[in-house]
Amino acid sequence: MPKVIIKLENDISTDDIYPGRFMATVLPTETPQFAFFDRTEFNAQLKAKAFPAGSIIVGGENFGCGSSREQACSTLKGHEVAVVARSISRIFLQNSINLGLQVVICPSIEASEGDELEITADQVINRTTGRTFDQVKLPAARKGIMDAGGLIPYTRARLMAKKA
Amino acid sequence: MGMTVVEKILARASGLASVKVGDVVEPKVDLAMSHENAALVINQFQEVFQGTGITPKVWDPSRIAIIFDHRVPAESPKTATNHKKIRGFVAANGITKFHDVRGDVGGICHQILPEYGYVRPGFVVLGTDSHTTSHGALGAFSFGVGATEMASAWSLGIAVNIEVPATIKVVVNGEFPPYVGPKDLILHLIGKLTAQGANFKVLEFHGETIRKMSTSGRIAICNMSVEAGATSGIVPGDEETVRYLREEAGVLDAIPCVVPDADAQYVQTVEIDVSALAPQIACPHMVDNVKPIDQVIGTKVQQIVIGSCTNGRLDDLADAAAILRGRKVAEGTRMLVFPASSKIFAKALDMGYIHDFMRAGAVVMNSGCGPCLGVHEGALGDNEVALSTTNRNFKGRMGNPTGEVYLCSPVVAAASAITGVITDPRRKN
Repeated sequence: MPKVIIKLENDISTDDIYPGRFMATVLPTETPQFAFFDRTEFNAQLKAKAFPAGSIIVGGENFGCGSSREQACSTLKGHEVAVVARSISRIFLQNSINLGLQVVICPSIEASEGDELEITADQVINRTTGRTFDQVKLPAARKGIMDAGGLIPYTRARLMAKKA
Repeated sequence: MGMTVVEKILARASGLASVKVGDVVEPKVDLAMSHENAALVINQFQEVFQGTGITPKVWDPSRIAIIFDHRVPAESPKTATNHKKIRGFVAANGITKFHDVRGDVGGICHQILPEYGYVRPGFVVLGTDSHTTSHGALGAFSFGVGATEMASAWSLGIAVNIEVPATIKVVVNGEFPPYVGPKDLILHLIGKLTAQGANFKVLEFHGETIRKMSTSGRIAICNMSVEAGATSGIVPGDEETVRYLREEAGVLDAIPCVVPDADAQYVQTVEIDVSALAPQIACPHMVDNVKPIDQVIGTKVQQIVIGSCTNGRLDDLADAAAILRGRKVAEGTRMLVFPASSKIFAKALDMGYIHDFMRAGAVVMNSGCGPCLGVHEGALGDNEVALSTTNRNFKGRMGNPTGEVYLCSPVVAAASAITGVITDPRRKN
């Protein structure tokens, strides 16, 4: 069962997730080293691969606000973590869908570091506290992109269809 | 049922008679803008074509704009190599709306696009920068996207799976008091709406204050609409839009404007009277932590920044220069000025503003994003405080997570440079 590896406050900005001074690094293969760089301890844990794939970052309201930098999603995707937050800023949400980073909007989520969470199709179950929280469904329009495995394969399929 | 401006724009661009909130559309892209992060867009774009047997080719090179602004001139070999890679792509694909590191046509993307007439009322504009909301100032539906979404637009010429957003109508009336202006209005509005109050929504601006406002001021308010989470800010095109595009951008062809229907549906209406508005300050570390200036007067600042896509235009520099003329920046405070474009820089030189700044002790830098995002010049030392006309004050924003950034208008920044503490420009000292 995946565990909560960090519980974050409201309004986590993309500057927090991926500081601007590393923006010249763009490739998804290179961005993971700078995830939450200024949260020194957490960054070190991520880099040391201290958490198994599927581990969960719990955020509050407006997670991922600020810059459109896609590095903020690729850096988390690279560590194979998921994000469960009370609400998510538009561009960050879209970038996550486009890159295939698992993000879950769960307006009433209550969880502490170390709690075990089960993410079902429409709920998040905190197995540690026994409480269940409803998800907000991601916009239906994005389903095609998610089903294709991200925006690159989705666009590739559209291009091929155009060519045919 | 009537439509809002954005609904009309999306209907037209999607080839539909009408659209309503929640509809999923695929609008044609009129302009696709990127800056240095075009390096990532190129990477994703090439990946799209992998294994297709199709030669990677952008859908329309005349509709792509690439402007170097985030780290100019390059601060590192890595950035310089990204610049080089992008130049190669620009040349290979015949992209003409390209603004390199130059002292004649260079500048910040959100100033270059209006300045060169690249954006028109009714356009659908995508930009790989969250402040792409700026171009709503010219009546366009303009929004920020990530690099992969841009790569998709470069490939297909459409924005895929766009959900028609709900619109908040913002009606602004009254005359600004002296030393109060568009920046104070937008900070006040963000404080009122909160940082996520307009998430997934559009802010459509109306009222006599907006009608009388210059395009420069409109760019400032649309620029910062994203700080309330808005997909886009938009001022429906009007006489001022046409005047700006004709007189300042040199546009010669027809400029049809798109206006909302009288019975358009809004999710919310916000009314603001600016006639008693005080200068507003966004305090650390969130843009919606907005206070009237009297609550923070006297706060000591080590760095003053005037410039950026928010407040680096000629009127901003003129207002700041008028306060600094014949005065000196306080000991223990440094002041950095970075005009929004090379053209503005040159005009500010002609008008004598640059001399006013330099004689006061300010350092005037080349046009670009500069210290705003903490990657280039003007980083803060440990526990230092900045007062800046830029648009974000997140922790670490100016390059140092222990620093603090307060956001304000150009006149507040200029008055505070003289004293070294946050100072109300309405009180003569």
